[in-house]
Amino acid sequence: MTTISPTTEYPILETARQQVLEDGIGLTEAQLLEVLRLPDPAVPAALELAHQVRLKHCGEDVEVEGIISIKTGGCPEDCHFCSQSGLFDSPVRGVWLDIPELVRAAKETAATGATEFCIVAAVRGPDIKLMNQIKFAIDRINEEVDINIACSLGMLTQRQVDQLASWGVHRYNHNLETARSYFPQVVTTHSYEERLETCAMVKEAGMELCCGALIGMGESLEQRAELAAQLAALEPHEVPLNFLNPRPGTPLENQQLMDGKDALRAIAAFRLAMPRTVLRYAGGRELTLGDLGTREGLLGGINAVIVGNYLTTLGRPAAADLTLLVDLNMPIKELQKTL
Amino acid sequence: MIPNRSTSSLIGSFCGHCGELYPTETFDGGSAPPSNVLQAGDVHVAGTAHRECAARLQLEPPRYCGQCGRRLKVQVSPHAWTASCSRHGTVTS
Repeated sequence: MTTISPTTEYPILETARQQVLEDGIGLTEAQLLEVLRLPDPAVPAALELAHQVRLKHCGEDVEVEGIISIKTGGCPEDCHFCSQSGLFDSPVRGVWLDIPELVRAAKETAATGATEFCIVAAVRGPDIKLMNQIKFAIDRINEEVDINIACSLGMLTQRQVDQLASWGVHRYNHNLETARSYFPQVVTTHSYEERLETCAMVKEAGMELCCGALIGMGESLEQRAELAAQLAALEPHEVPLNFLNPRPGTPLENQQLMDGKDALRAIAAFRLAMPRTVLRYAGGRELTLGDLGTREGLLGGINAVIVGNYLTTLGRPAAADLTLLVDLNMPIKELQKTL
Repeated sequence: MIPNRSTSSLIGSFCGHCGELYPTETFDGGSAPPSNVLQAGDVHVAGTAHRECAARLQLEPPRYCGQCGRRLKVQVSPHAWTASCSRHGTVTS
């Protein structure tokens, strides 16, 4: 049995116990950097504290989601981590998913107990054809499946935001991906500000904002703390936390996998930055953390998972994650249609 | 129309992960790939070559046809994937 060092050994964790756990106030960027710099022996204590924060401020439920790509590949943007950019020599070919397949996937996802089904398109922003497809897909899914529908369609205009909200899209995903100071190293075809504009419009329209991070792209610990603080400032409903899975043909294909302990430190830090946010395990955890690390993260601040496969890569079997949640006595969040 | 084919009919001479032709001198049967890789189809481990590719294919669908090395059209859903070659048909997980 592992003995967890008391937080009293680490002043930043004692500070976090009072500030985050007791008072519900997230850590500042400078404080987050201290968490990210904690030595390895302190990681279990940081995770334990993050878990307590999650239980106190979010509850014991775990939110389960499935994601699917309606339009894969051929994206005009140059996000250096992404195999779906049409600007890189990636083996991912462009393909559209037909609506019956989408509905079937939504049914299968709902059958796992998931409450969220996110439809994703690899685009800069949706055109009329895609918006029409999305409307049609939403209607068909709502006819046959009891699940909340989320979308991730890139940068939106105000009109598109209003349309998605009026169609009942429950949550919109638009990630910051990385810190503002590192963003130009990762994306050159659009700006950080453009991403923020879409995030702001989504919130203003009353949809829940899902705004995530992709860590392990070569950013410094300072930039990781900066990202967590920038996300916290946005006050998103959900933060999906991705770990880079270097994709063949992309500019980051030779980036080393992130160290598992660093990933766990980041999980604790993100929870201590955002005590009330849904913090979701997303892509790359299988490679970066493995089965043991996945468990540690769920006991260290994570309170949501993407089950099954991702957009172009495969995840753990849904049953494996669901069994793990049972083992951990973590109930799956039940469906509450709010819109 | 090209029919769906069984997994075994699409196992061929090209690596499903990197699309390279397997070197014939290592085509010795080697160690068996993980069963879930075989189920995924279109993957052939040739001796020690492409062992890393086989490992990658446990966490991603094939991207190249094992028969001809063409890039596949791949659709991934939460619980399955489908990979289609314009000449050699479709395999599903």
